[in-house]
Amino acid sequence: MEILREKPSRNPKEVLTFAALVLLASVTLLTTAGIVLSLFGEVLQFFRRVPLAEFLLARDWTPLFAEPRYGISPLIAGTFLVTAIGLVVAIPLGLALAVYIAEYARGEAKARIKGTLELFEGIPTVVFGFFALLTVTPLLQKVIPGLNIFNALSAGLVLGFVILPYVANVAADAMESVPRSIREAAYALGARPYEVALRVVFPAALSGIVAAIILAASRAIGETMLVSIAAGQRPILTLDPRETIATMTSYIVQAATGDQPVGSTAYYALFAVGFTLFLLTLLFNILAQWVVERYRERYE
Amino acid sequence: MNALDFLKDHETIRTDPVPEAEALVDVRHLNLWYGKAQALFGISVRFPRNQVTAIIGPSGCGKSTLLRSLNRMNDLIPGVRVEGEVLYEGINIYDPQVDPVAVRRHIGMVFQKPNPFPKTIFENVAFGLRLMGVKGSELEDRVVEALKRAALWNEVKDRFKKESGLRLSGGQQQRLCIARAIAVEPPLLLMDEPTSALDPIATQAIEDLILELKEHYTVVIVTHNMQQASRISDRTLFMHLGVLVEEGPTELMFTKPKHPYTEAYITGRFG
Repeated sequence: MEILREKPSRNPKEVLTFAALVLLASVTLLTTAGIVLSLFGEVLQFFRRVPLAEFLLARDWTPLFAEPRYGISPLIAGTFLVTAIGLVVAIPLGLALAVYIAEYARGEAKARIKGTLELFEGIPTVVFGFFALLTVTPLLQKVIPGLNIFNALSAGLVLGFVILPYVANVAADAMESVPRSIREAAYALGARPYEVALRVVFPAALSGIVAAIILAASRAIGETMLVSIAAGQRPILTLDPRETIATMTSYIVQAATGDQPVGSTAYYALFAVGFTLFLLTLLFNILAQWVVERYRERYE
Repeated sequence: MNALDFLKDHETIRTDPVPEAEALVDVRHLNLWYGKAQALFGISVRFPRNQVTAIIGPSGCGKSTLLRSLNRMNDLIPGVRVEGEVLYEGINIYDPQVDPVAVRRHIGMVFQKPNPFPKTIFENVAFGLRLMGVKGSELEDRVVEALKRAALWNEVKDRFKKESGLRLSGGQQQRLCIARAIAVEPPLLLMDEPTSALDPIATQAIEDLILELKEHYTVVIVTHNMQQASRISDRTLFMHLGVLVEEGPTELMFTKPKHPYTEAYITGRFG
C-alpha cells in the first residue's frame, strides 16, 4: 500500500520533467520581456531629448539634418501605404484561394496548393525585394509615368504576394473547422456548392478570416528587407504610391547600418522607432485575438 | 442463420403493402455501395402520402443510408455508388437528367444533432427561402409561418430577428431546424433520429409536432427508439444488415411481427 502514498509530484522524474519544461518555456517569455525592457531605457533617453509631441505631431523625419526633426508620421504613413497596397493584393487573392482550398480542392490538388504556399512562405524576402526592384518596377514604369525607381507601389504589390500564404492558410483553416453538419444542413436545403461556401461557411468562419487578415497585416508592417530594397529610404509624408518612401523598418535598417555615433539623438531615435513598431504589431496581434474571441461561433 | 445467407435469400415480408397510387416515394431494387462495401441490398418499398413511416433496426443496418438516398444526400460522400430507382412523384431522382440540388429543394431533412447555422433565428429559417429567391414581406411571412408550424414562435417571437439560433436550447434548436426545413414547404420531410440528442420533454414536443406535420407533409423518420416508432408512425420498416426485413402497418409490426429477427428486435432481444 506504500505506493498509494507516493504522490506524483514527489516522483523525481516528474519534478525534473516539470522543471525542465518550465525553464524552457520561460526562455521565450524572458527574451520577449528582455527585448521590451532593453528598448525601454533607450526610448526614455530619446524622449528626454525630443518631446513626445514632436515625435507624434511633427511632419518631418530628418534625424541627420543640421536641424533635425523627429516626427514619426512619414514613417508610419510609409508603412501603412505599403501595407495597404499589400493587403489590396493579398485579401482578394488569399481569400479566393482559401475558399478553393477549403471547399473545392480535393486530394492531390489540395496537397499541391498547400505545398506551394508553404514553399512561397519559405522564400527569403530579399529575393522578393530584388524581384520588385528589378522586374516589377521596370514593368510598371512602362505604364505609369512618373514612377520612381524606388516606389511604394511595386514594393506593396510584391509584399501582397509575401503575405498571401498567411491569409490563405489561416483563412482556409478557419473555413475547414466549420462543422460538417452545418454544410450538410445547407446542402439538404438545396444549396449549391458555391452557395454553401459563400453563404454558410464563409460567414461562419468570419472571425478566423478577419484574424487571418490582421495577422497578415501585422506581418506586412514588420516586413523589412523587401521594403528597404524596393520602396527606398526617403521619409516623406505622402500617400502617393509612385513616390519613394521610407517605412519604420527600412529606417531602422538604414540607421543600424549607418554610422550614427552611439549616444546621439539619431541613435536613440532608432529605438523609439523600433518601440513604435513593436507597439503597433502588438496592437494588431491583440486585435486579432480579440476578434477571434469576440466573434467566434461555438457550435456545441 | 448465417448473415451472408440471410442477405442473399431474403425476400421482404410485406403486410398490407402500399398501393402504387398512394405512394409519394417508390423505391425500386435499390443497391448502394460505399466504395467496395455494399450498404443497401435490393431495397423495394413505398412511402405513402401524408403518413409517417418509421425506419427501425440495429446500428449499422442501413436505415440512415436508406433515408439519405431519398434526397441524394449520399452523393456528397465520395465513393458512393447507387443502383436501382427512387421514384418521387413518378420521377426517378437518380436519372442522369435530374439535378440533385433540385431534388433537395423538394425534400426537407432534419438531422440527428440540431445543426442551426451560426445566424439569427430569422436567417436560419429564411435560408432555404432565399435560395428560392423569396424576398421582402413574403419572406418574412413565410418565416413566421414556419416558426409557428414548428411550435417555436411563442418562445422566440420577441427576439427571432436578433438572437443567434445557436443560443437556443437543444430542443428549441431542433424545432428551429424543423422550421428551417418546412419553410420551403417540401412535400416530403426526412428525419434522421431527430430526438436522439434531446431530453424527454423536448422529445415529446417534437413528437407532437411530427403528428401535426402529417396533415401537410409526408414524413419518413429513422429512429432507434421503438416506443417512438410505435407512438408516431403509421407504417414501420425493419432493416437489418442493409436488408429490408419486414414492413407493414406499425400496429401489426409491433403486435404480430412475422420475421423472427423483427420480433427479436422489437422485444429488445438484439440490437
